[in-house]
Amino acid sequence: MAGTDNDIPQETSGKIKKFMFVNRKAPYGTIYALEGLEVVLIAAAFEQDVSMAFLDDGVYELMKGQQTKAIENKNFSPAYRALDGYDVEKLYVEKESLDARGLSEDDLIVPVEVMSAAQIGELMAQQDVVIGF
Amino acid sequence: MKLGILINEGPYTHQASDTAYLFVKAALEKGHEIQRVFFYHDGVNNGTRLTVPPQDDRNIVKRWSELGEKYKLDLVVCIAAAQRRGILDKKEADRQGKDADNIAPGFRISGLGQLIDSGIKADRVVVFGD
Amino acid sequence: MLHIVNKSPFEKSTLDSCLRVAQSGNALLLIEDGVYAALKGGATEPRVREALQKFKIYALSPDLEARGMKERVLEGVTLVDYGGFVDLVAQHNVVQSWL
Repeated sequence: MAGTDNDIPQETSGKIKKFMFVNRKAPYGTIYALEGLEVVLIAAAFEQDVSMAFLDDGVYELMKGQQTKAIENKNFSPAYRALDGYDVEKLYVEKESLDARGLSEDDLIVPVEVMSAAQIGELMAQQDVVIGF
Repeated sequence: MKLGILINEGPYTHQASDTAYLFVKAALEKGHEIQRVFFYHDGVNNGTRLTVPPQDDRNIVKRWSELGEKYKLDLVVCIAAAQRRGILDKKEADRQGKDADNIAPGFRISGLGQLIDSGIKADRVVVFGD
Repeated sequence: MLHIVNKSPFEKSTLDSCLRVAQSGNALLLIEDGVYAALKGGATEPRVREALQKFKIYALSPDLEARGMKERVLEGVTLVDYGGFVDLVAQHNVVQSWL
């Protein structure tokens, strides 16, 4: 991955914090889903306790069958499947958001944990860092 | 309190950079420490020295450079986002074979690791975006 | 926990999503265009009055003044300046900006 300073600095190595990354935006219409994923991967490389929450249009990021050839854009949805290889296994999808969009877990490209809004709210309050894009 | 700041939008188009600046200024005046200000997505556009805003309006880039200098802030522009949007320092310009660089004084280009580092070291991370 | 909403409730669903997810007793700070939710007399008033039963709601005063809305703030919403914004961040163990 391009960049400098991605080596774990001495004084932070070993310290683990809970990072939750909140995704509320659909893919391709804006860059937030793609660039957000890049942050998640770096947090995992720093061996932090990483989780991702998908709410509202963020659930669309996980749709199966994305074909981006005609919009001449990179299909980055396979990257969600690669997350567990980076030890990012906590993908939480809000049930209310799925229901509102007529979607179910079967429509999604990766296994996720479907949770209620209240459960997600509880999880958020337990984090050290919550970052939305 | 040590604060990490993340700015996701560029100058003028969104209020994010303004709100972040005024928040950071207030925090410094209260004696808090700003561990880092990290610019991501279009936020990297806060780091170009080539803006020429109208004279009767705030100069967002200059304001950050000046605050950065006054309080020795670490203003970091994400390299991946900067490459996509054309924000370069001299080193990057040479490395990428570009004929110019445009980074503003007081800003430096670095990796996303610096954002995670902020999350680890700071007591709070506050995000400003769309 | 402190939740920050910066979008108008008429433009985006941000406020509704935040209110749906936030836990009772959490704090909500309205900034930038989010301050339009802090006003009386509009379609959001009933929703926000109800939310005031569950959450402490704050609005950033400079953003209300900028938009000419300072005189229309709903009772129960606490106004803060940037210093107050900083204090709110210090007082809550985690902060989420709803983007």
